[in-house]
Amino acid sequence: MHPFSYTRVSDTRAALDAGRRGGRYIAGGTTLVDLMRETVERPRALVDISALPLREVTVTRRGGLRIGALVRMAEAAAHPRVRALYPVISQALELSASAQLRNMATIGGNIMQRTRCSYFRDVTAACNKREPGTGCAALHGVNRTHAILGTSDDCVATHPSDVAVAFAALEATVHLLGPAGERTVPFADFLLEPGSTPSREQALRPGELITAVEIPALPRPLKSGYLKVRDRQSYEFALTSAAVALHIRGGVIREAKVAAGGVGTVPWKLPAVEGRLIGQRPSDALWTTAAERAADGARPLPHNRFKVELLRRTVERQLRVIGGGK
Amino acid sequence: MSTEPPESAESPPEASPSAPSRRTFIATTAVGGAVAVGGLTSGPSVFGAEPAGAVEAPPGSRVSVTVNGVRHTVTVDNRTSLLDLLRERLGLTGSKKGCNAGACGACTVLVDGRRVNSCLTLTVRLDGADVTTIEGLADGDQLHPLQQAFIDQDAFQCGYCTSGQIMSGVGCVQEGHTGSPEEIREFMSGNICRCGCYVKIVRAVEQAAHGK
Amino acid sequence: MSRVDGRLKVTGQAKYAADHDIDGVVHAVVVDSSVARGRITGIDTRAADALHGVLGVISHLDRPSLAYRDNPGPFPGRRLRVFQDDAVRFMGQPVAVVVATTLETAQHAADLVKVSYAAETPSTDLTRSPAVDGPAPFARPYTRGDAQEALGSADVRMDMTYRLSRNHHNPMETQATIARWDGGRLTVWDKTQHVLGTRNELAAVFGIPQENVRVLSPFVGGAFGNALRTWPHVTIAALAARELGRPVKLALTRRQMYFTVGYRPAYEYKLSLGSTRRGRLTAMTHEMKYETSRYEQFWEANQALGQMLYAVPNVSQHVQTVPLDVSTPMWMRGPGYGSAAFVIETAMDELAHELGIDPIELRLRNEPGEDPSTQQPFSTRRLRECFRVGARAFGWHRRDPRPRSTRDGDWLIGTGVATGCYDVFLGQAEAHARLDADGTAVVQSATHDTGTGTYTSMTQVAADALGLPMRQVTFRLGDSAMPPAPPQGASQTMATVGSAVQDTCDKLRQQAITLAVEDERSPLHGVDADDVVAGGGRLHVKGAPARGETYRRLLARNHRTHLEARGSWAPEENSRFSMYGYAAMFAEVAVDARLGLVRVRRMLGVYDAGRIISPKLAESQAVGGMVGGIGAALLEHTVTDHRDGRIVNANLADYLVPVNADIPDLKAVYLDGEDYKADPIGVKSLGELVQIGVAPALANAVFHATGRRVRNLPITAEALL
Repeated sequence: MHPFSYTRVSDTRAALDAGRRGGRYIAGGTTLVDLMRETVERPRALVDISALPLREVTVTRRGGLRIGALVRMAEAAAHPRVRALYPVISQALELSASAQLRNMATIGGNIMQRTRCSYFRDVTAACNKREPGTGCAALHGVNRTHAILGTSDDCVATHPSDVAVAFAALEATVHLLGPAGERTVPFADFLLEPGSTPSREQALRPGELITAVEIPALPRPLKSGYLKVRDRQSYEFALTSAAVALHIRGGVIREAKVAAGGVGTVPWKLPAVEGRLIGQRPSDALWTTAAERAADGARPLPHNRFKVELLRRTVERQLRVIGGGK
Repeated sequence: MSTEPPESAESPPEASPSAPSRRTFIATTAVGGAVAVGGLTSGPSVFGAEPAGAVEAPPGSRVSVTVNGVRHTVTVDNRTSLLDLLRERLGLTGSKKGCNAGACGACTVLVDGRRVNSCLTLTVRLDGADVTTIEGLADGDQLHPLQQAFIDQDAFQCGYCTSGQIMSGVGCVQEGHTGSPEEIREFMSGNICRCGCYVKIVRAVEQAAHGK
Repeated sequence: MSRVDGRLKVTGQAKYAADHDIDGVVHAVVVDSSVARGRITGIDTRAADALHGVLGVISHLDRPSLAYRDNPGPFPGRRLRVFQDDAVRFMGQPVAVVVATTLETAQHAADLVKVSYAAETPSTDLTRSPAVDGPAPFARPYTRGDAQEALGSADVRMDMTYRLSRNHHNPMETQATIARWDGGRLTVWDKTQHVLGTRNELAAVFGIPQENVRVLSPFVGGAFGNALRTWPHVTIAALAARELGRPVKLALTRRQMYFTVGYRPAYEYKLSLGSTRRGRLTAMTHEMKYETSRYEQFWEANQALGQMLYAVPNVSQHVQTVPLDVSTPMWMRGPGYGSAAFVIETAMDELAHELGIDPIELRLRNEPGEDPSTQQPFSTRRLRECFRVGARAFGWHRRDPRPRSTRDGDWLIGTGVATGCYDVFLGQAEAHARLDADGTAVVQSATHDTGTGTYTSMTQVAADALGLPMRQVTFRLGDSAMPPAPPQGASQTMATVGSAVQDTCDKLRQQAITLAVEDERSPLHGVDADDVVAGGGRLHVKGAPARGETYRRLLARNHRTHLEARGSWAPEENSRFSMYGYAAMFAEVAVDARLGLVRVRRMLGVYDAGRIISPKLAESQAVGGMVGGIGAALLEHTVTDHRDGRIVNANLADYLVPVNADIPDLKAVYLDGEDYKADPIGVKSLGELVQIGVAPALANAVFHATGRRVRNLPITAEALL
């Protein structure tokens, strides 16, 4: 680990001030400290923001949910409002990492977490995300766990978060605070596909802080849930996952929110699947038909071809679990 | 936890600079029963300064942290993890380093009552925090019920993951995730046991949680 | 009976290698090669040297003087020598070591050491490199009858190729060594399964007498074989301590655990079998090849099962290794046997399915009456009984043999069986016992407890032999200054060291009895020594417990501070018997075939392991063996990028071992009994046996659930979709 200076801030103005001077924010630290130890991350100055007042979970006036950036994963997962309004969020959180890590990691940090690509994590390997211009070792290397969607010739790494998949599905908004003031960014625009600049991962401006993630109100009743497919039953990142929320009224699907994880360079929203669901009556045939579109545009790699079919089946299964069926 | 913390087990820095000990590089003091002072105790580092100049000591900070009821005021290298503080500075080697990456749980301790991976916890961030390790779990000679349950159920073999399992289990019970064997399994999955004692670990947590 | 070291372990007081508090210790971190083959062309240590607190950097450029006297190693070849030349033989080879006053600085300095290489393209793929014959005399071509002819004329012939992935031991404790020199004497606190082996190797490497080296290893945080050798980091720690004149602590990182401390090699194993329609095996041919390094020829016991497990008249075996630009493998729990059992026991299931015979019945039809490879009688072989007991407890008779016949929602349910078998490996050991005037005893031997329960089981044997309550007996181990004992490997400790402890304590008890019967003031005076027994801390006349006295009283009256004895045990040169432990493994899995998920629902192991000294601990070992086998079957796979020989999952988040959620309730049953033909305490082997048949039982259950035969391990989603 490279040496760094450390300061703890207790208000956002001090944080922004420190951030403006090049300080690196640290909240839960579960990704950052790990990557610092691998020397993948080499911040010169850490700004500890854990004392900032960003730890509230509140119901918005319109009936949505605002989760403060520093709410810990475990707290968010256990929060009665989260559990009642958006089970897909609490499930995605509880299927992530371990109880210990969920006690440390925050919601803001979770969506900022960096890929598990082993070449990214190994400083002796080529990686455009870590060191732009060095190449992508995964493209022709061992790529079983890599992305099939949103990839480029420069990067095929997946975004590892589970709850971000739920946020993407639910069309959340990220609240940011920066030197120029507050702004909001739609979740879909917050995490960036690699393109030719894989080192740029979020639509953050220098010194900006995430203050909250806001989930919009959705028509009720809403059924939602998260399915995570992995080799090990716990404590592992997803091979594939699906976040699904359905509003069914009068026997017809009126709203459908679907996204997939483990397959994209960012959490992968599935509008084509949603389009096939809306206005239809739930049936096993519908789930199958809709899920056929889940892997549209997939570009599999030699070791992860199985993910194309697995993704469709994951989405199909979770549609059935949420929407009903045999 | 003891309300009247005993004197620290920390030995004073050795006098002779020619006999270096791991404890003499940075002097350590412990204050029994002191009240933690809120806020950041600024260390010698200046924010924004160039770290790691040649032959200069790496940036460090002064931190007061209570471990097993004993308050320690230490100057630490900012890079020092809680795990390394415990093991290399405070002589509390019960917490183990299995992966140093949050992927095994052997280093699990309680910080302010919550179970965390001490390997991913930077000590510099713990000013004012209250840490409980495996060494602080028993009440004198009286084992914590989960410690006793681990013995009763033979919930370990080599014993290396055991401290982390027990601290994690204490957290699991406190969190109330002991409603069924399945729930215990899931909420104890952050602690790997390579000897394969999971069946008995679940039984031990059940025993401690429900007096089974 | 609970573990005698339990309290130390649940309070964090048990001291593992890196836990010892050695005054003045400084920290060493190894720099690993980032190429798999080539030469080091330069090492720039300027940035590292400049750091505050760095005490030194050592590499081959410093030409460190190491004697490297010959010392018999486990494998033919030339052992890796630390910092003696510029050659890089595998990815992650130690190329330098940094020592600093703090761990943080040592780690950072290691990152700053810049090593340049003239790299060559490595070969690391077992399937794409030439094979050579396995090392004699450990790997030998074997023939009995005429297997080719018998295959040609068999009613049924099956030809299969199986592939097993490389697995790493991954004990929770990473390898660690603390080394301290006091003049010409070296003390190391080390993680080892063989304190004497480490002592001998360090003496050879440093060119000093063996008696000048002391190795201490009171607790080992799991090993599963990877601490059976003295690996480079042990030498590096001692070298650094010598060069710097300070005690040095060196703990490998988890990542480094994938580089230099061995692994279970990947296999490609071709098996052909011939059988009659009624399921009598007529022929088996085994062609196996596995990976090894270019500098040593690894071998393991992968031939025995193919020769003795079933009554096959015609057998041939050909063992090859594939030398690669990798480090040398090391025996991992159930070495050789485990890999061969996966192949043979899966093939038996394939044959059973082909013939429409119940897989247990097929095995029973091929039960030999004597060891078919040696014609020796079995000391004990109760495999039939294992299957009978297991089938009843598991509910095997309710099984519909047709694949895909049972479903539970999205899950296909399947059950499978396999045989486990491991030999009764015996070594030589000595022990020392001392009975003190206060009536307590201390017994010691230079053996080990990697979690197997040696502290407890030896205390039991000693307490039994001395007639003392267990709490009055202390057993000590893990110190090379103690009476010699073999490595803790091949499941030999209980039989070998246990027999030595019994011999030693028998001698000590006899001394006490002799003292008593010759002492006019003793109530036992004049009694025939053979009529005196010990129990409850007393000696008394057999059948007349009232006539006797305590050890305390006996010693006090005779003004003896203590009595002591040294004993030993060695097996017969040539046993008349074929000695193995046996297991019947039963598994039930659920497979979500749409999503490619395999979940273990339950497992049962029934074991013929001889006498069980500590039932509670033996159960833990058996259940742990199942967990290890579940890992091998469904999760574990060290993945190498063959372009440059890089291991891409060298961490515990990506190399998957089972976690708690993977493991259902597992059951273990030991058949009552003992085997006094094997050794004087009646035990057979246990620690390896319990893992041998697990993976094939699971693979066979996956086939039964899905109808899909997976011949590669681990069985992951892509094979089942």
